[in-house]
Amino acid sequence: MIGGLFIYNHKGEVLISRVYRDDIGRNAVDAFRVNVIHARQQVRSPVTNIARTSFFHVKRSNIWLAAVTKQNVNAAMVFEFLYKMCDVMAAYFGKISEENIKNNFVLIYELLDEILDFGYPQNSETGALKTFITQQGIKSQHEDKRRAIPDHQPGDWANWLAAGGHQVSSERALPGCAGECEPPHVPTGGKQSIAIDDCTFHQCVRLSKFDSERSISFIPPDGEFELMRYRTTKDIILPFRVIPLVREVGRTKLEVKVVIKSNFKPSLLAQKIEVRIPTPLNTSGVQVICMKGKAKYKASENAIVWKIKRMAGMKESQISAEIELLPTNDKKKWARPPISMNFEVPFAPSGLKVRYLKVFEPKLNYSDHDVIKWVRYIGRSGIYETRC
Amino acid sequence: MTDSKYFTTTKKGEIFELKAELNSDKKEKKKEAVKKVIASMTVGKDVSALFPDVVNCMQTDNLELKKLVYLYLMNYAKSQPDMAIMAVNTFVKDCEDPNPLIRALAVRTMGCIRVDKITEYLCEPLRKCLKDEDPYVRKTAAVCVAKLHDINAQLVEDQGFLDTLKDLISDSNPMVVANAVAALSEIAESHPSSNLLDLNPQSINKLLTALNECTEWGQIFILDCLANYTPKDDREAQSICERVTPRLSHANSAVVLSAVKVLMKFMEMLSKDLDYYGTLLKKLAPPLVTLLSAEPELQYVALRNINLIVQKRPEILKHEMKVFFVKYNDPIYVKLEKLDIMIRLASQANIAQVLAELKEYATEVDVDFVRKAVRAIGRCAIKVEQSAERCVSTLLDLIQTKVNYVVQEAIVVIKDIFRKYPNKYESVIATLCENLDSLDEPEARAAMIWIVGEYAERIDNADELLESFLEGFHDESTQVQLQLLTAIVKLFLKKPTETQELVQQVLSLATQDSDNPDLRDRGYIYWRLLSTDPVAAKEVVLAEKPLISEETDLIEPTLLDELICYIGTLASVYHKPPSAFVEGGRGVVHKSLPPRTASNESTESPETAPAGPPSGEQPDVIPAQGDLLGDLLNLDLGPPVSGPPLATSSVQMGAVDLLGGGLDSLMGDEPEGIGGPNFVTPPAAAVPANLGAPMGSGLSDLFDLTSGVGTLSGSYVAPKAVWLPAMKAKGLEISGTFTRQVGSISMDLQLTNKALQVMTDFAIQFNRNSFGLAPAAPLQVHAPLSPNQTVEISLPLNTVGSVMKMEPLNNLQVAVKNNIDVFYFSTLYPLHILFVEDGKMERQMFLATWKDIPNENEAQFQIRDCPLNAEAASSRLQSSNIFTVAKRNVEGQDMLYQSLKLTNGIWVLAELRIQPGNPNFMDLELSLKCRAPEVSPHVCQAYETILKN
Repeated sequence: MIGGLFIYNHKGEVLISRVYRDDIGRNAVDAFRVNVIHARQQVRSPVTNIARTSFFHVKRSNIWLAAVTKQNVNAAMVFEFLYKMCDVMAAYFGKISEENIKNNFVLIYELLDEILDFGYPQNSETGALKTFITQQGIKSQHEDKRRAIPDHQPGDWANWLAAGGHQVSSERALPGCAGECEPPHVPTGGKQSIAIDDCTFHQCVRLSKFDSERSISFIPPDGEFELMRYRTTKDIILPFRVIPLVREVGRTKLEVKVVIKSNFKPSLLAQKIEVRIPTPLNTSGVQVICMKGKAKYKASENAIVWKIKRMAGMKESQISAEIELLPTNDKKKWARPPISMNFEVPFAPSGLKVRYLKVFEPKLNYSDHDVIKWVRYIGRSGIYETRC
Repeated sequence: MTDSKYFTTTKKGEIFELKAELNSDKKEKKKEAVKKVIASMTVGKDVSALFPDVVNCMQTDNLELKKLVYLYLMNYAKSQPDMAIMAVNTFVKDCEDPNPLIRALAVRTMGCIRVDKITEYLCEPLRKCLKDEDPYVRKTAAVCVAKLHDINAQLVEDQGFLDTLKDLISDSNPMVVANAVAALSEIAESHPSSNLLDLNPQSINKLLTALNECTEWGQIFILDCLANYTPKDDREAQSICERVTPRLSHANSAVVLSAVKVLMKFMEMLSKDLDYYGTLLKKLAPPLVTLLSAEPELQYVALRNINLIVQKRPEILKHEMKVFFVKYNDPIYVKLEKLDIMIRLASQANIAQVLAELKEYATEVDVDFVRKAVRAIGRCAIKVEQSAERCVSTLLDLIQTKVNYVVQEAIVVIKDIFRKYPNKYESVIATLCENLDSLDEPEARAAMIWIVGEYAERIDNADELLESFLEGFHDESTQVQLQLLTAIVKLFLKKPTETQELVQQVLSLATQDSDNPDLRDRGYIYWRLLSTDPVAAKEVVLAEKPLISEETDLIEPTLLDELICYIGTLASVYHKPPSAFVEGGRGVVHKSLPPRTASNESTESPETAPAGPPSGEQPDVIPAQGDLLGDLLNLDLGPPVSGPPLATSSVQMGAVDLLGGGLDSLMGDEPEGIGGPNFVTPPAAAVPANLGAPMGSGLSDLFDLTSGVGTLSGSYVAPKAVWLPAMKAKGLEISGTFTRQVGSISMDLQLTNKALQVMTDFAIQFNRNSFGLAPAAPLQVHAPLSPNQTVEISLPLNTVGSVMKMEPLNNLQVAVKNNIDVFYFSTLYPLHILFVEDGKMERQMFLATWKDIPNENEAQFQIRDCPLNAEAASSRLQSSNIFTVAKRNVEGQDMLYQSLKLTNGIWVLAELRIQPGNPNFMDLELSLKCRAPEVSPHVCQAYETILKN
């Protein structure tokens, strides 16, 4: 099992260190710093073995989280736990930064005591933790309030079913008496006529029931959560087509033209459209002309960022740019990253639909009709890329 | 207000200030102070001096403050065990608190305080908490049993906690079940044979029920535990699989992987004809693909596991090639793993797509990735014949880029392509030769040289090319040197007239100017071949090579099966069994897949997956490094040696020897390893039949008793044993033994001609051996040996021959030649023939040496049933040059301190304990200390032989 957990800042200074097992000594902290954080080469694996001690690490902005063990642990579990810990911390105090960690170190120790016992992960649902955790999270004053797009983005193609927003007040069970009160019970489901390659569910879903009845039955935890995630590769309506055209004019100039075409009902509006066109590293200047929205060359990101607030279906828009290049004799060629795109559309491009949503609440005894229910469809781009 | 202020630097007198604050009456102030203390602790400052003050804050109703104090305690209790006792009372009291959170907190923290003295106080509270009414307390107590077991395993067993823990598997709360399973699994790992988990259909059923209800982590514990179970038949396996399959839709990748592990394992037991088997296979693919949309670190774990799964059951993912295509933003570790799997999945159906991708990758920036992509193209060519031509042309395109590492990588794979498709793509050789100068990596140089040698007849200037490499011969790596040697020999055999000088040059470089034994030996082999029989040489060196198979880098099947049992764990990430990276006994129990139970397939081995490349006949796998060396050596050795290779035959012969030598009932009741099954002991009625030795052992004993000094010592001589039975040597039977007389060793041989023809021209030769034993004179058989005639010869030996460590140490491989053939056999010589006459150490010296040799070099043995007293033993040993330095009597036991020296100067010191008592039944205890401890068992064997004869 996990023998210890360390959090470092970008310099390799320890911010949090909690050791669960006797076989992990203080020198393990230094071993990781020297061999991974201060390593000369880029890290080639998220799992490192140093002197028969294994280190699992993930990075969030410039903070390193490392789990240490000397045993043959379940590696997938360790990473899942590290992510979960990041989620829990983020739920308590926002962004995982050196400042926030220092501000909340007592809370973090308390969390670590609760969600990891002798190296075994324990209940780590943020909602459930409220009962056990005494410390309050302290958010940084200049915390960015915008909700960031979730880090994990499935596949080439992602869309979420945001079936959130149940107006169900559910009294949470105390941990000690979980068996005593029966929490609300929400099955949704129905026949589906689209082909789903695979789907996964939040742990509150009764998987065996889905397996036999094909309806999703679950007891919702507090707060917003991702109920289901699915993957489909057939019959997807790609909401946008991106057509790039790159022409090299001599050695110091590049002409780029990108056309985007929206491919959905004209009555619907896509939002938050952003197209990123990468530029070579030796770019000296860029001139952009676009028909719609705003476009800017961002030198620090080596890309032209083209933003369009709204765009209706079955429309077309275009950007053209002239990129001036500095002459170089650098032999290392440009890796030509793909053109990427972000957007939101008010439908599920996969065609997935929620047939019904029923609420059962035996304890408080209100019926399905008393509940205000609504379903909103949002298709949000995950990684939406075109090679150019 | 934030906590970061606690991280501010230490001022002078800070500890004093903290002390005051800790003792403040105000709760808030106390809390602040403890927080400061913990901040100091985190950054590594020593705040242990505050221990009593912090412990004083422990008795509080405030949960927040209590938690802080506990945190401190966990860190410092170990360094302050005496003061930790102060906290015990509060812990015990807290375990009775009405608030379940406090009860759980107390039992959890107590378990983390690894102080022996505390553990005994922990037992009672723990016992109560294990039966607490609140599941939160019970689940915490379950883990606490594992903690306590880690500190004091015996205590846990004595107190009966293991039984209570077992009961918790039937608990009504799934979280309790999960933690109990986790704790039991961990404890069971340190007692592999205890059957602690005692999995049976009933308990499995309970676990499967709990699986539906518990947290994601609990599901992982339970699934990992289930994976250790072996169902009694295929029906049970199927029913468990059916109940585990829904877990494949869990959002937590670890749950999915652990479920995959259970399924992969139990699938072994299902018949392939079963409909369910096919259904299960189909169900496995989608979740595995979904794992690839997880975070990169998890993708990495998943890919390492998929790599195993694809090798074990290629059919699962054969249609999923596309998902393994590399994305621009993938971290490099994900890219490299994906590439590996792409090659494994490449087939005729998808090869066009794969090649297009690979070509793209070969132009990326990361050097490792590009190399791997280039290599992958070559592997595709080898794997999918239809694509070979396109692969080769792609590789040629890449060579044209002139990017150094791309060119080198391409040449290495093209060499393999030539081997797979001989006489097909040689037209590209010219292009390859153009790049000769740019090759600076040994592997690429060796590959190029191999190509030049192999196709020397088609390359006009092959001799010039090879000669250019020869200039810096000694600076090349071994790989290149060996390849160059072989290539030039090939060239010579193909174009003998113009390359004679070149071959002479390389042979002398390899044999005379090199100290690398491999190179030298290969050089000699070629030299002899060429000088004795050039036609044979041609047959050997230019023999047709076996085709290489398409699959490369496969994991060896038994390891693969073991790793399948470890899916999801570190072992599956490292592709190594846990014993390779886990210290001690924990978690290193060897796991294996269950055998298939369905009757109609009972004989089928689990490795044979349908349509899978690893199935059917074992393919010759391309060796990753030093590739052709192995192949060539095998080829070279194959034809000229008429018998089987020396090493194997000698081992067999050794075994036959034993039986032939009349291993009688005397040996039967001796424990193995002491009596040594390989040691030749005389039959019960030991007649001194060794005519070659002028003096028997009994006689020399007499000498010793009278003279007291072992000057004329003659060691014990075992009777002759058959070393080479007639049927194995075309009628020549050889039996023999070893003697040591007054400092000279000899091998006493008895040659019997059981054939119908006369034997002449005897000669003998020894292989290199551990102590450099070699014949001191040629084997002298004066007259031809006629049928049914026997001759006795004593062959003097010396110890100045070449030394090579043998296994076992006293193994001697012998070749005997006569006019009929050459025969090989091996025998084990008793070590005491190597004990020299001046092996008596001075008393002082003995004492000092004994102390000086580290204790780990000491080996203990028992010599059973040896009815000798100290005097008799001492004199008997002395005749074989084991000298008694001192004698003592300790508590009625006789202790002999003895020394001996081997021919190569190794000293062995011995302590022989003789227990007087029943003279018919006596065990001797022997301790040996030596700087080369590997000789100890053999010295002990010698002791035993000498003492018992």
